[in-house]
Amino acid sequence: MATVDLNEVKKVYPGGVEAVKGVSIAIPDKALCVLVGPSGCGKSTLLRMIAGLETISAGTVAFDGKVVNTIGPTERDIAMVFQNYALYPHMKVYDNMAYGLRNRGTPRDEIDRRVRSTAEMLELSGLLDRRPRELSGGQRQRVAMGRAVVRDPKVFLFDEPLSNLDAKLRGQMRVEIKNLQRSLGVTSVYVTHDQLEAMTLADVLVVMNGGLVEQSGAALDIYERPASTFVASFIGAPPMNLLPLVGGQAGPALGDGTTVGLAPAGAATIGFRPEDADIEFGTDLPSDALVLPASVEAVEPVGAESFLHCQAGGGRIVVRVAGRTRVSVGDRLRVVCVAAKLHWFDQAGRRVG
Amino acid sequence: MFPNKILPYLLVAPQLAITLAFFYWPAGQALYQSMLRQDPFGLKSKFVWFANFRKVLADPAYLNSLKVTVVFSLSTAIVAMGVALLLAVMAEKVVRGRGLYRTLLIWPYAVAPAIAGMLWLFLFNPSIGSLAYLLRSLGIAWDPLLNGTQAMILLVSAAAWKQISYNFLFFVAGLQAVPKTLIEAAAIDGAGETKRFWTIVFPLLAPTTFFLLVVNTVYALFDTFGIVHAVTGGGPGKSTETLVYKVYNDGFVNLILGDSAAQSVILMVIVIALTAIQFRYVERRVHYG
Ligand SMILES: Nc1ncnc2c1ncn2[C@@H]1O[C@H](COP(=O)(O)OP(=O)(O)OP(=O)(O)O)[C@@H](O)[C@H]1O
Ligand SMILES: [Mg+2]
Repeated sequence: MATVDLNEVKKVYPGGVEAVKGVSIAIPDKALCVLVGPSGCGKSTLLRMIAGLETISAGTVAFDGKVVNTIGPTERDIAMVFQNYALYPHMKVYDNMAYGLRNRGTPRDEIDRRVRSTAEMLELSGLLDRRPRELSGGQRQRVAMGRAVVRDPKVFLFDEPLSNLDAKLRGQMRVEIKNLQRSLGVTSVYVTHDQLEAMTLADVLVVMNGGLVEQSGAALDIYERPASTFVASFIGAPPMNLLPLVGGQAGPALGDGTTVGLAPAGAATIGFRPEDADIEFGTDLPSDALVLPASVEAVEPVGAESFLHCQAGGGRIVVRVAGRTRVSVGDRLRVVCVAAKLHWFDQAGRRVG
Repeated sequence: MFPNKILPYLLVAPQLAITLAFFYWPAGQALYQSMLRQDPFGLKSKFVWFANFRKVLADPAYLNSLKVTVVFSLSTAIVAMGVALLLAVMAEKVVRGRGLYRTLLIWPYAVAPAIAGMLWLFLFNPSIGSLAYLLRSLGIAWDPLLNGTQAMILLVSAAAWKQISYNFLFFVAGLQAVPKTLIEAAAIDGAGETKRFWTIVFPLLAPTTFFLLVVNTVYALFDTFGIVHAVTGGGPGKSTETLVYKVYNDGFVNLILGDSAAQSVILMVIVIALTAIQFRYVERRVHYG
């Protein structure tokens, strides 16, 4: 029940490392904001500054418009789920969940009521008398969630909460976290480096790189209109195909000499997603499309779809085709992508057009 | 691997010989001695089974010594550990010069017990001690040579002081092993600094604390002869005569060999018991995770 606003937040660690170089994000009330980016881009640092666990070198963090820079983590009324869960090993599950309420002087019977109803909701009721070491990874994760939820805080913070779980459990917990967050309506910040988690959870998606925000907005908008080659290759799996353009006498061309008549001024890289491209054996081709002669180097059938890894346009590209494919390694074919689905980036990697 | 059947025995022989000659043989002698009674002139001795033990355990002086030992050992362990824990917690917070701070705190451990005792004796000597002078100028009638309680305080201080460094090292290591994220989680859960210490850090230090409790008790029981000898000599009266000191007094000073041997056998049983507790516990020390 709070808005969270970051304004030009910076972090310089004592050793001189500039981990966050000026980040501004506005998170509306009840929204789930996901910070995604490669390792070392400053996601955790930013989250820890929101939590009050790190001092803020410059800029402001505000909850509901009130700057909280100088307020310690104890008074910020936030709850955090750590990557390694950070459950208190010497306390039973019940006490782990009750600890925060006790510290805030909540009456005993209310603590009991809240712990039990939260445990019910997270299917932990049978585990309340166990200690953390007697739980599986997934159960520990739930306890960590429970410890955050039971407090009913202003803001939830998650630092890669699912990265220690196996793929199947991760998928389940992802859905549960989303449902829980939506039903509780608590503003949340969620850090991950998994783009699938980011896409599926985010109301506001923030892609970070090198301590800066590369792009922020709705997940699908970012997917459809990546602002840079970095975002284009980070969001989406398999990532967007990117091929450099070289200037020739006959206009811009690809590495293998194919001329690209459609290129807007200033374009230095062409991009298209594997699912937007198709293979074409026939001769009648759409006029405003990119057509690339390609040779197939590998075929990955995954059941519902197949990925063709091809050599084309002076680089390697991936094309997604539905279902099974009759294409086999060594085949020569043409890859086609309609103009509307092409992305263009300039020399610096910024989006053009 | 070793086709030679004799070589392994030859290799362990020196170690075995030393253990036999300096541990099992004297221990066996003590056991045997403890069941003998000598005539007043030391000419004949008689085998009396457990009579010496019965006599020792019924002796009010022995019971007094037992009480003195319990008070001394527990006070020493608690003071040494309490101060060490306090210093270790503060050392965590030192940002600059942390290494120097730690090194300086470890030094006293290198001082021999008797020397440590002399140091404290000089500092608190009623006639020449500078700290004794300070105490007296504060209006405290300081005279450990006459006052048994003060003698005990002096003894505990000297014994604990030496042990603080050792405990400090273990507590520093123990504190470093407490995961930082737990402290952070507790801070977010609304616990202030003091509360975090008592509800999170201290319980997680329990294995270290228990280990040190055993080590310090064993130290206070058996390794403090030098300090007692140098500082109070068991006096005034018998107010600081610990069990170990009494063994020495009865056996070597007063030459009541049977009683003294019985006392040392009792001490041996105590050491074995404490060591067993420690081993069993240390083996099951991996608690959390
Ligand atoms: N306590 C610290 N002191 C100095 N530098 C630090 C500290 N913590 C992090 N850094 C540096 O700050 C940068 C950002 O670190 P951060 O932990 O925020 O990355 P991250 O995006 O969370 O990465 P990951 O996905 O691997 O967790 C890194 O270059 C890291 O080396
Ligand atoms: Mg991180």
